[in-house]
Parts: sequence; C-alpha cells; structure tokens
Amino acid sequence: MHTILIIVFAPLVAALIAGLGNRFLGNVAAKSVTTGALLLSAGLSWPIFLGFIGGTESAEVVQVLKWVESGTLNFDWALRVDTLTAIMLVVINTVSALVHLYSWGYMEEDPDQPRFFAYLSLFTFAMLMLVTADNLVQMFFGWEGVGLASYLLIGFWFKKPSAGAAAIKAFVVNRVGDLGFMLGIFGTYLVFQTTSIPEILAAAPGMSGSTITFVGMRLYTMDILCILLFIGAMGKSAQLGLHTWLPDAMEGPTPVSALIHAATMVTAGVFMLCRLSPMFETAPTALTIVTIVGAATCFFAATIGTTQWDIKRVIAYSTCSQLGYMFFAAGVGAYGAAMFHLFTHAFFKALLFLGAGSVIHAMHHEQDMRYYGGLRKHIPFTFYAMLAGTLAITGLGVYHLGVGFAGFWSKDAILEVAYARHNGAGQFAFWAGAIAALLTSFYSWRLMFLTFWGKPRWIESEHIQHSVHKTPAEAGEDTTGGYHPHESPITMLIPLGLLTIGAIAAGQVFAPSFLDSAAFWNGSIFYNEDLIHAMHAVPYWVKYTALIVMLIGFAGAYVAYIAKPDIPAKFVATFGALHNFVYRKWYFDELYDAIFVKPAFWLGNKFWKLGDIGTIDRFGPNGIAWAVERSSVAAKSIQSGYVYTYALIMLLGLVAAVTFVLL
Amino acid sequence: MEGLPILSLMMLAPLAGAAACLFAGAAAARWIALGATLVTFVLGVVLWSNYQIGGPQWQFTEEANLFAGFQYKLGIDGIALMLIMLSVFLMPVCILASWESVQKRVGEYMAAFLFMEVLMIGTFAAQDLFLFYVFFEAGLIPMYLIIGVWGGDNRIYASYKFFLYTLFGSVLMLIAMFWMVAEAGTSDIPTLMQYSFPAGAQTWLWLAFFASFAVKVPMWPLHTWLPDAHVQAPTAGSVILAGVLLKLGGYGFIRFSLPMFPEASAQFAWLVFALSMIAVVYTSLVALVQTDMKKLIAYSSVAHMAIVTVGLFAFNVQGLEGAMIVMLSHGLVSGALFLCVGVIYDRLHTREIARYGGLAINMPYYALFFLLFTMASIGLPGTSGFVGEFLSLAGIYQTSSLVALICTTGIILGAAYMLYLYRRVAFGGQVNEDAAAMRDISAREWVMMAPIAAAVMWMGVYPESFLAPMRADIAVLDARLAAAAPAGDAKLAPGAPRAAAANAMPHHEGSETSSAKEGAH
Repeated sequence: MHTILIIVFAPLVAALIAGLGNRFLGNVAAKSVTTGALLLSAGLSWPIFLGFIGGTESAEVVQVLKWVESGTLNFDWALRVDTLTAIMLVVINTVSALVHLYSWGYMEEDPDQPRFFAYLSLFTFAMLMLVTADNLVQMFFGWEGVGLASYLLIGFWFKKPSAGAAAIKAFVVNRVGDLGFMLGIFGTYLVFQTTSIPEILAAAPGMSGSTITFVGMRLYTMDILCILLFIGAMGKSAQLGLHTWLPDAMEGPTPVSALIHAATMVTAGVFMLCRLSPMFETAPTALTIVTIVGAATCFFAATIGTTQWDIKRVIAYSTCSQLGYMFFAAGVGAYGAAMFHLFTHAFFKALLFLGAGSVIHAMHHEQDMRYYGGLRKHIPFTFYAMLAGTLAITGLGVYHLGVGFAGFWSKDAILEVAYARHNGAGQFAFWAGAIAALLTSFYSWRLMFLTFWGKPRWIESEHIQHSVHKTPAEAGEDTTGGYHPHESPITMLIPLGLLTIGAIAAGQVFAPSFLDSAAFWNGSIFYNEDLIHAMHAVPYWVKYTALIVMLIGFAGAYVAYIAKPDIPAKFVATFGALHNFVYRKWYFDELYDAIFVKPAFWLGNKFWKLGDIGTIDRFGPNGIAWAVERSSVAAKSIQSGYVYTYALIMLLGLVAAVTFVLL
Repeated sequence: MEGLPILSLMMLAPLAGAAACLFAGAAAARWIALGATLVTFVLGVVLWSNYQIGGPQWQFTEEANLFAGFQYKLGIDGIALMLIMLSVFLMPVCILASWESVQKRVGEYMAAFLFMEVLMIGTFAAQDLFLFYVFFEAGLIPMYLIIGVWGGDNRIYASYKFFLYTLFGSVLMLIAMFWMVAEAGTSDIPTLMQYSFPAGAQTWLWLAFFASFAVKVPMWPLHTWLPDAHVQAPTAGSVILAGVLLKLGGYGFIRFSLPMFPEASAQFAWLVFALSMIAVVYTSLVALVQTDMKKLIAYSSVAHMAIVTVGLFAFNVQGLEGAMIVMLSHGLVSGALFLCVGVIYDRLHTREIARYGGLAINMPYYALFFLLFTMASIGLPGTSGFVGEFLSLAGIYQTSSLVALICTTGIILGAAYMLYLYRRVAFGGQVNEDAAAMRDISAREWVMMAPIAAAVMWMGVYPESFLAPMRADIAVLDARLAAAAPAGDAKLAPGAPRAAAANAMPHHEGSETSSAKEGAH
C-alpha cells in the first residue's frame, strides 16, 4: 500500500463520513474523524518531505484508475510524488490539520459543524489531487474541486445574502481563469498529443521555435499556450484583473480564510507555474507577462491594504500582494524562490489569519479595527503569535548576521533575484516589490497598532454594544463598555503556537534546500543555477533593501498610529481623491459591474424579450398560427386543442404514402 | 443470447404494460407501469452485458419482411446501445416522479409513457429508414398528449408550438428519404451509411435532414418551442423531453447526416458552428434572466446541446465521443434538474424562483442533490458533465480555436446562471413561510434521485464504461469522415528551437558566452 494513497484519500473518506453522516453522527464524531484523518495525512507527509531533503526519497507515480481514453487523448487518475509535490503535501496537510483543530474552538457555537468539517476535508482532498497530478486534466480536476470547496465554504453561512453573493463571485471569476486553463490544455494536447506533464515538459523545448494560429493570430506556440495556462493561474491566485473575488471571499469563516484563501488554494497558480516551469522557460513573452502581472499585483494590492478597516480584508489584500511576489519570482526564472515564498507564506499568513480569528473571537465577532485598540494585555498569547507573524511577513532579518524571520529569507531572495535578472521586467519587478515591501510593513504594523496598542475603542462597535447591552452614551468615559475580551480556548492556541514556530524558523531552516540545492529539487522544477549565482552576487544595497523599507514602513505606521494619531485623518482630508481611489479598491468592482454584470443581464433580457418572443415567435409559430386562424376551419381545432389528432392523421397519411410508393 | 429477440422483447414489455394500463384503475396502473419499466430496464442491463465490445458493428439484429418490402429490421451498435440504456434508465424514474403528482386519468397517462418508451427504443434500434421514420415521428405523439392533457394552464399553446416546429422538419426529411431510397435502392440504414451519394445531392439531403434534427436538438433559432413545452409539461414529461427526446436530434446527426452525407456535413460545418456559438452565448444570457425555474433549465439545455452539435461537427474522435457523452450526461443531469424542480413544485405548486429561498435549511438532502446536479450541469470535473464538455471542446479546438473560445465561455455563463439559481432557491434566509415549512425529500424521491446521482458520478470518474462500447463505432465513423474533414485552423509550423531557456543567464564562472547548457542541471 502506497503511503500517498492514504495521504490523499483519507481526507475524502473523512469528508464523506462527516458530510453524509451529519446529524446522525453528531458534532464530536464528525469533528474527530475529519481532524483525525488530517493529522494522519500530515503525519505521513513530513517523512516524505524530509526524505526529499535528505535525498532518501525519489520521485514516483502511483497509478490509480484509467480516467478517459478518447482517440489519442488519454489521461488517468494517478498520484505523482516528487520534491515539488512533497513541499505542497506538508504545506497543505499541516495547515489543514491545524485549521481543523483550530475550528474545534472557533466553530464551537455553530449549529452546522459536521458540514463545516466535511467541507474542510473535501477541500483538502481536492487540493491534494491538484498537487499530485501527473497530467493537466487531473490538475484541472483538483483546480475545480478546490473551487467547489471554496464556493461552499465562502457560502457556509448561506443565510447571509452577502455570503451567497461572494460565493458566486468567487466561482464565476475563477471560471474566467478556467476558460484560459481549459483552452491551454486543449492547445497543449493539439501540439503535443498528450496531457501528461512529464511528456509535455520533455517535448516543450523542441517546440520553442514553432508558430501556431490562435483565433486568427499567428503566435509563438509556447507563448500562447503558456499565456492561456497563466490566465488560469491568475484566476485561482487572484492576480490583478481577476483578483476581485478574494477580498469578498472573507465572508467565509476565518479558519477557511487561513486555509484556502491564504495558505493553500490561492497558491495553486504559483504551483502550476513551477510544475510547468520547463515549459514556461520556452516562452519568453509569457514569462515577461507573468513578471509584470505579478509585480503589478504585488504593488496594487499592497496600496489597498493600507486603507482597509476590516482586519480580514487587510490580510486578504496582503495575500494577494504576496502572491504577486511569487509570480514575479517565477517570471524571472527563480522557481525555487517562488516555492520558498509559498512555503514560508503558508505558515505566517495562516498564522496571521488564525490570529485575526482569535481577535475576532475575543471581540464578539467585530472585524472592524476602528473598534479595537489596547488588546495586547487582554489576549497576550494571540498578541505574541501575531507579532511573530507580522515580523515574518514584513521580513525582519539581517543579511550579515544570517538570521531572520521566515519572510525575510524568501522575500529577500525574490527581490535579489529580480534585480539580478538584469532585464526590464526584472527591474520593474524589483522596484515594485521594494515599494510593496514598504507598504506591506506599513499596513501590517498599522494592523498591529490599531488592534493591540492605543486605548480601547470597543464601545463604538455594535457587536460589543450588543454584548454588553450599552450604547456609547451610556458607557460614558469607559470606552471598553465594560467588555472583557477573553483569550481563545486551547484548541485555537495550539495551532497558533505551532504556526508561530513555522513563521519564525521555516526560512532559516529550509533556505539552503529551497534556494541553493539543485539536488533537493531533483529536476522537479526548472532550476537555474546561473541565476542563483547572480542572485548571491547582487550589491549589498540590494540585499539590505528589504530591511530598510521594512523599517521605513514600521516607522511610518508608528508615527501615524501611535505617535501622532491625527495624521491619517489629515492625510485623508488633504488627498481625498487619492484615498478614495485606493479605499474603493481602484474601482475594480464598480468597473466590472458596469461592463460585465449589468450588460449581461441587459442583453439576456433583450435577447429574451426582443429576440425569442419579439422576433422568432412572432414571425415563426405565432405568425403561422395567425395565418391559420384567418382560415376559419382550422382555427377552431387549434383553439379546442385537438391539434395532435391532426398530427396523428398527417403522420398516418405519410406512412400510407410511403407504403404506396414502395409498392 | 443467440436467437432471443431481446430488442423486440424490450419493446413488447412496455407495450403490454401500456395496454394493461388502459384498462386498469389508478393504483394498479401505477404499479403496472413501474413493473413494466423495471422489466424493460432489466432487459436493458441484459442487453448491455451481452453486448460484445469489439464484436460485430451491428448486434442483436432481427429481421422480418412486412408488407410491400417494408422491413421490420432492428439492431444496435454501441451508440444506439448507450442511448437505449439512457431511455430505459430514466423511464422508471419518470413513473415514480408521476406517482403522486398525476391524479387525473392515471391509466392513460401511464400508457402514454409506456408507449413512448416503445417508440424511443424503436427509434434507436431501427435499421430500416422508414421504420426509423415511423418511430421517430410517432414518438412525438405521446409527448403531445402528455403536454396537452396533463400539462399546465397554457398547455394548448405549448403543444401546438411543439407540433408545428417538429412537423415542419419531418416533412422535409421524409421527402429526402424517398429520394435516397430511390437512388440507393435500399432502405437499409447500415447499407446507406456506406453509400456515397453524389456531392450535389448531398447538399439538399443534408439540409432536409438538418431541418428535422435541428428542431429536435434544438438549435438556435429553432429552440423557442422548448421552454414553453417544458414549462407546460408535467415533471416526468420534462424529464423525458430533456433526457431522451432532445437526443433524437443528436442521434440523427451521428447516424444519418455525418455518415451518409460526409461532404455536405463538412460543407455546412460553418453553419452548425455559427448557430451553436450563438446558442451558447445567447441562450445562456437568456437563462440568466429567467424567473421561472423550468424555463431557466430549458434554456440551459439549448446551450448544452450546442456543445453537442459543435462536437459532432468537429470531425474528430474527441468531438464525436465528447458529443455522445454530453448527450448521455445532459440526459441524466437535466432530467435530474427537472426532477429537482418537480420535487418542490409538488409541495408549493409554483415554479417562480422568488417563491423559494433558504431550502438548504429545511431540506438539506434535497439541497445536496440539487447541488450535485447543478455542479454536474456546469461541468465540474468528477461529474459526467465535465467529461463530455471537455472532450467535445477539445475536439472542436482542433478544428477551430475561435469556435472553441466562444463555446468555452459557456463554462463561465453556465456557472453564473446555475449558481444564481441555486443561490435563490437553496441559499439565503427563509423569506417565504410556506417554502420554509416544506419537508425534505421522501423515500420515493430518494429512490428517484440517488440512482441518477450515482450514474452522474460514475460517468464522471470512470467514463470508460460508457466510452468503450462506442469506441469502435466512432472510429468507423471517424474513418469515414476523414476524407471530408476540414483542416484545422491551428496550422502548427515548426521552427528552429531556441538555443537557451527564457531566463538563461551568463554562466557565473567567467565565461560570458550565453550557453544552452540549462539541460545539464
């Protein structure tokens, strides 16, 4: 029995048991079976990962079942395990197991717990199918499977209209990306006559000079294929243009945000690029686009993060921005660095989301940071966990000392490599990334200062008022309103603690493998040794850029939210238009609503009323009916409903005619 | 199995049941009908398990000379086998769906359904051109009756429209059939499938058959009978209409138009593509604005069937097999979606979407089934919908990337209108008290839905069971089409491969010559 079969299918079995058993099974049984399955999968994943680091594991493919055979288009259900998969296995299963555990506490009062845990496990299964795929179609299966789980979990509290709307938005926007992915698969099959990833990667360099027609355009084959596939990645990983669903996805319960919309699912696009990296390396134009889109996203999302008030939305935009780093790292050829950032990001971003969940839990479901303040002393464990997460995401670390938090190692490597790439796109990415790093530091510390420092502003919150049964006027001077935030239960604190370790140490421990070891990658990604050497050779000012901008961002946030708290209001008053533009998320939602959503409904109505009813029916059947009615004999029959008798007679007449002719 | 006329038996069982129903009381008629359809289904399973994959192309053949050279000749290939299985699988479900909702003239109603089953099996099994025509056209009569007698308030208009459209096409087809028999000297379908009609005649014959099949599919702009027919038909009528009757058009294309008129099919592929592309976008957008559940699903059927037609006219194996799987899948899934509508219609007697809401709260298992079929409808991988759509679109991509691009937008629009429907029915708060009081699905309804759900998953995870019987027949058809197949628009042209990877860097050990050594790592 292959271990990988257990790792992948245990969550599916658990999801089915919990989901179909539901009420009959009860909360505890459903929670135990799903959490148990995930602990099992996580426990089995780490030895595989460490085996690849130690060089004792080797890549293998386990065939499960034939899927489709149609002419030369064949693909099977199969599980591939290599270095790249092993990294994803530990990320997915570890974070998923911890999120399952965390949800014992977080969802304790929810009436629908079995369904929630079933969805979480189902998601994990789909994600595992995605990362173990040996062909593009199974990857697409996982891709859509996580989309379904995401849809279900965003809409978990389906009674809220906003949750239902956000769920649809996530699915449909992702489908726009999927359009690209599907066409990419079709094109790849057309060119290579296979969907098997290893076969495609082997054959891709040979096609790098060929050209093909796509929708009337004559293009380099590999460029158009990679661009189409990348559109798929943009949807799933919320890159600029197809990002609008991710902030709305925060309607889902916070553990979901941590697992799906931070650590795992949204990184699927990055994973895809790395999995197909030898293919993308044959497509220079596609890679330039990847670099520019990634760099633009990382800057764009970071600007929005600086203005949002909802704690989860800040972290959501932060995720979007960090994904941009991963993409431009891949775009300049540093797939190892992209995967490394994916790896460290999974720990610290899951930590930040779960920490935010702990704050929200403590603050009676309030998510607006304007009504937080001074929580440091009330929920100290959460505070220290989030502090570690913030230090990790902002990338605190010193090059010459060789120490730093997780984010320092990966983000610094990405900035260095973008600089070292020495081309236009790389330079753009370096500067966009550096500015985004400054903004990252600013919004992350802003979040920390607003939440944990300063005076309590709790009584302004309707949730808190609801809890303490007081209005702000009744509370008077006491801005806490007499509310007592409580630290979260132990089931929530254990995951925070473990992820804190990851956020502190994951970079330091694994940097040599991820960044510098061709042996570790063992051919599972395109490993560009020359580029890595160039990365290490960048000037010192580049190596210190990340630290410097981090300190500037920190100082800015300190001044604006601790030292002189009246500055933000003054800034908004002075630069109202700019602030509004950023605060309203660059008006993407309004734009899409105006050019896609409204016209779709308008057109649908016109096609229906003017096309079907007004034209086709009017001149077609109704026109004939009108003509028939004019000839009075038939009219009565039609209205009295015996038209089928005529049909029968006509038919029998025709049959008789046939017989007659054949005689 | 040698000598046992199983195809005739499969028609005889429901025929006998139909006769019995006419003279039975309401309760007895229900049980007779259920028994007869189950017997037929079991015979169908026997048929499938005795079908030899890789055996002769036509199996279970029966032949009897009737009067005047008119032949009773039956026989099936893998394509017909799958469509017969679809029909006999859905029939018992239809009877169960009508168990409580039909109270008027139960005996006649059941007889109409059973008679329709006879004719559907006959249509797929017929090997004589005129025998086919009789079954094909007569199959519509029970449908007129079902809509016209047991339908909704506006049933007369709907059945009239249904009749008018279908009659228009069939007259032209019949004339074409006469001409073909006169030209080829036989009405034997397998022989005609090998016959080469002159290219000039093919054009007219193709158009005459197209008139009939395009109405059945239905293709835009001949689709407007479908929403009305569905809205007025009782639940089981909708299930059969969407599940099997629409497939007659697709079956017609694959059995007649493509093999008998390959040159004309290639010549008119552009027309099929154009109408299908319009259908995907147009009817999907119309589906988005519907407020009546049945109309919404009816419009979605038009969009899905457009994927069938582009697949059929892609002139390659993937397109043909994909089109067949879409037909089977759509038969199951849209049938199941109409059942889902029927389940709540039986409780609240309205199809108005806004009258529901929050059903996931009081009807969780119903919501689960509805979700599964919704996901299958929008082609989620792992369900039957994906396999068909994927193969079909992969097929058309090889012929035209533009058609593939436009038709693939269906996956976005499909998700939009189906999830919007699901949200309004199952999600949200319980705004309507009567909807909130509805009970979850009964045991009878479980028995209706669960087998379809299982089949949908089976076809999604292991479609080989369904593809294998058809493989040889599709290969034969593909070979026959090969000569006429249009060239794809991709025009892949080789070029000298690039010397280095896109992100190749100068080698670090001083040698500044950019080298193509990335393969070494």
